[in-house]
Amino acid sequence: MSSGGARPLAPWRWLGVPMLQVMALSLLFALPMRFWGLGLPEPVFALPVAFAWAVIRPSMLGPLAVLTLGVFLDFLWGTPTGFWAVCLLLPYGLVLGGRSWLAGQSRVIMWLWYGAATALALGAGYLFTMLDTQNAPNWISVGWQFLATIILYPFADRLIERFEDADVRFR
Amino acid sequence: MSLRDNPLGELKVPLTWTAGIVFIVVLIAAVAILLSDRRESFDTDAYGNPRTLSDKVMAPIGEVASTPGRLTGEGVEGVRGYFFAVSENRRLKAELENMRQWRDVAIALRDTNERYRTILGLKTDPPIPMATARIVTDSRGPFANSRLANAGTEKGIKPGNPVMSENGLVGRIVGVTDGVSRVLLLTDAASRTPVMIDRTNARAILTGDGGPNPKLEYLRGQDPVKNGDRILTSGDGGVFPRGLPVGVAVKGLDGRWRVVLAADKAPIDFVRILLFEDFTQVADTKKLVHTIAPPPTPGASTLPPPEVAPKPPAAGAAPPAASPAAASANTPAPKTTPAAQPPAKAAAPTAKTGVSATPAAKAPATPAPKAATATPTAKTSSTPPAKAAATPAPKTATPQPKAPAPKAAQPAGGAP
Repeated sequence: MSSGGARPLAPWRWLGVPMLQVMALSLLFALPMRFWGLGLPEPVFALPVAFAWAVIRPSMLGPLAVLTLGVFLDFLWGTPTGFWAVCLLLPYGLVLGGRSWLAGQSRVIMWLWYGAATALALGAGYLFTMLDTQNAPNWISVGWQFLATIILYPFADRLIERFEDADVRFR
Repeated sequence: MSLRDNPLGELKVPLTWTAGIVFIVVLIAAVAILLSDRRESFDTDAYGNPRTLSDKVMAPIGEVASTPGRLTGEGVEGVRGYFFAVSENRRLKAELENMRQWRDVAIALRDTNERYRTILGLKTDPPIPMATARIVTDSRGPFANSRLANAGTEKGIKPGNPVMSENGLVGRIVGVTDGVSRVLLLTDAASRTPVMIDRTNARAILTGDGGPNPKLEYLRGQDPVKNGDRILTSGDGGVFPRGLPVGVAVKGLDGRWRVVLAADKAPIDFVRILLFEDFTQVADTKKLVHTIAPPPTPGASTLPPPEVAPKPPAAGAAPPAASPAAASANTPAPKTTPAAQPPAKAAAPTAKTGVSATPAAKAPATPAPKAATATPTAKTSSTPPAKAAATPAPKTATPQPKAPAPKAAQPAGGAP
């Protein structure tokens, strides 16, 4: 008899591996490449992962993993240190707080929630940039990054489907 | 007492609570880190050791990871060049024919410029050394636009150095360590670049906003800019040399004047980092101001007798012939006047020389007429020497005629 569902969920499986995948994808999309004269988009790969972590289960390691991802993005993209950490932690906290409402929702509703979390993260980034540089970032660029990020929800959905019921204590 | 007997032994804290507490602590720590970041300073310490270390780690990773893409791109270009060689040859011939005319114009202008410089005693900026680097990572989001280049302190790169592609200005260095440096692009929301409109000489500040076309802010004057005007660096403030090509002005959809960057014409893979240090950065201004003049040479005919005390000239009266030389020994950046020009004509070149850097040693070399020396001495003594060198001579760095030409939008000659 398989007892895979009864085993406690190892943190490296649902936190460590996705974190490394996000780091690799972010680095890949940060390479200076152009296709037909156009640069690659810059989606925030960390957002679907942070969203999924908050949905899967409350964890003491989750916020630390989000912080690590945020600092990595700051170093990679050149934003002020702590910028993306705060921008990712805010939606993480929002989803963690509303976890009971999210339970059992359909995929479309979850996608809408994910869109709201993305809007919160980019809105916070907009505000922080404005305060830091005394200059409003370009709305069109923010919109493009928003679109490039919300289409990544299937990755979050896959992570949720895989690990939401992996630990019997959180079913 | 066993654990079972302990009254607190049955107490269980819900995991949600502990996770929430950890979340709040981590959020506070992240906000503290964000508030303590100081990236606006041109100081390596302010850039931070963790960031320096991460740049050092990411640069070789980015270099290795971008190699396949780069090689593929080169291969595609090679194939394309093979198949489109005939049309490319025709285009290049037409361009060469056009450039030959420009070469003749440039030679004539260079000759004219040299004569003007000789007449005015202008000293233009020395050539700027530069280092070549390859871009290894690139961030293009709305909140940060920066790149890592694979050259650092070992090539003499310092924070603040301008970075150019073969087409125009890209940005400036904001962080550097051994083997890698971070380039803040003109499009970054934190980027401010003093620029001028080539046609009108009007000044503006090029302000990035995370979009592809940065804004022109603080424009002054009546219609200072129109569509298609060429934008160059003004050199104001001394961070950038004057005359670097930036782009072309366009009216944005939001009604603001924006700039289509010249550097966007082609992918930015290799860049030139200008090891530019403005005079204001290298000179010790206090030391210059308090320089003690050397004692006069006994028997020298160009110096006044030591016993004669200099008298302040009356209004409108000309000082003695030797007084400018004496004054030039105390003030480090006096300007020479055109030697054989009448006083009435000396006004125009004086205004020009007010922004140039003519060394004091040149003053005795040009025998200045008595009447002409009064005004320039007063002018130049009120101008700090550091400021004078901050703005090099106009138009000398960009020997491009105003004559219209099909390729006038390509600011090729402005690069130093």
